Amino acid sequence: MDRRRFLAGAAVATMVTTVLPCGPASATPEAMAAAIAKVVGNAPVREGRVSLDLPPLVENGNTVPLVVSVESPMTEADYIKAIHVFNEKNPQPDVFSVRLGPRNGRAVVGTRIKLGDSQKIVAIAETSGGQFWSASADVIVTLAACLEEAT
Amino acid sequence: MTFVRGVLCLVIVLASSWAVAQGTADKGGADTRRSGYQDMGEALQKMQADDTANPGMLFVQLGGQLWGKAAGAAGKSCADCHGGVASMKGVAARYPAIPKGSDSPVDLEGRIDLCRTANQQADRLPSGSRELLALEAYVAHQSRGLPVSPPDDPRLAPFRAHGKDLWQARQGQLNLSCANCHDDNAGRKLAGVTIPQAHPTGYPIYRLEWQTLGSLKRRLRNCLVGIRAEPYAYDAPDYVMLELFLMDRARGMPLESPAVRP
Amino acid sequence: MVNVLINAPKTAKRGSIVEIKALILHPMETGFRPGANGRIIPRNIIERFTATWNGTGIFDMEMSPAIAANPFVSFFAVANESGTIGLRWTGDEGFVVEERIGIAVE
Repeated sequence: MDRRRFLAGAAVATMVTTVLPCGPASATPEAMAAAIAKVVGNAPVREGRVSLDLPPLVENGNTVPLVVSVESPMTEADYIKAIHVFNEKNPQPDVFSVRLGPRNGRAVVGTRIKLGDSQKIVAIAETSGGQFWSASADVIVTLAACLEEAT
Repeated sequence: MTFVRGVLCLVIVLASSWAVAQGTADKGGADTRRSGYQDMGEALQKMQADDTANPGMLFVQLGGQLWGKAAGAAGKSCADCHGGVASMKGVAARYPAIPKGSDSPVDLEGRIDLCRTANQQADRLPSGSRELLALEAYVAHQSRGLPVSPPDDPRLAPFRAHGKDLWQARQGQLNLSCANCHDDNAGRKLAGVTIPQAHPTGYPIYRLEWQTLGSLKRRLRNCLVGIRAEPYAYDAPDYVMLELFLMDRARGMPLESPAVRP
Repeated sequence: MVNVLINAPKTAKRGSIVEIKALILHPMETGFRPGANGRIIPRNIIERFTATWNGTGIFDMEMSPAIAANPFVSFFAVANESGTIGLRWTGDEGFVVEERIGIAVE
């Protein structure tokens, strides 16, 4: 083996070992489904009434603005009682859950979340009548070039 | 990932090594300089612009609390000498500068250090500490919207010239200069991100990568590590000299402190 | 020192819907990241954020490590009476912060 070939091989070996995941196990689409099942049980989840506002291209996964809005009159007779947000690739599938009521007037909540990688985010809303509505969004987290290493 | 990113940096920079329009004001031409703000997506621009959403404002608030707090053997607070913080309007726009009785420039951090040690007779606040960054942010926030206005002090010229030399010197294992990325290839992509022109108009910045507020010194150290060079010592004058050069290069651009950056 | 920024109107028309925004200084350490010594940094997050209006609960949020550092939350409430909006954050390591703001409803 000449020196050049050796170096190329060594480089590839280094890349392979550094690229392979070695951190804590990630949530998976299955884990997300299990987390959703815990909230909704056997009830059907319909798409609609929920909108999930996230930038489609995320410049840094550490702080991603997100707004969930649900269509609802928010009256004593008909309101959204909870909103849950899930992800499929962070270490855990749960992102947050909020409890709401008619006192909120609008079923809208905004926050900022962390996303470890490009992935699907799911928001599920539960009505006072026990129905579940959902929306999902695919988000691309761009790879930053020059990150701070231990300095 | 370090190695992969290093290779990525190298490959992309080499592949695009031809010169593109430099982000400077041409003589008589249009000003093509851009703040990193302009390269951010709408969500991050909104985050910076809304004082109740900009996390940097938490540090401005903390700085306000520290401003009125007595420290050191003299038992004085910043407010005891300076009064309200409004007296700091414009200060961040003209630093680094040479303080009275000295012959070498200090940055805002260095100026606060001088106040701490000479006037308050207190210990220096550690570089990069939350308290020091908060005070810097509180002072710099007073200059938000004002144009960068380096002082007209001929004694600064040699320090600024040295800063320019540092900017243009290739260094590190990747053998890159600051200018290779931020002049020659600004506006192009490095991995998924746009290479900024590197105008220091928003410091201290709330960088999402850091998940906290940080100084220009921290950012410069990141860049040095990025090109696999050894960062200068924390108290090295090189940072101040680079800042002198960069603030001159950003002359007239509005200050944004505390800015948000990815 | 506790650092919280709260944004809500000081006055509101009776029956109108107001937006309340709150930002708090907190690292939201996930418990999944190794520190400089290679060991995992222990989890330190805010687990819960609640809001009351004159003592009545109006908002209750359960957070996870996936909430960004220095958490920001915005939500809405119907302004039905003058009084106090109370915000409370609780979390790991005995973290408890309570803030109150007044609102006049006409």
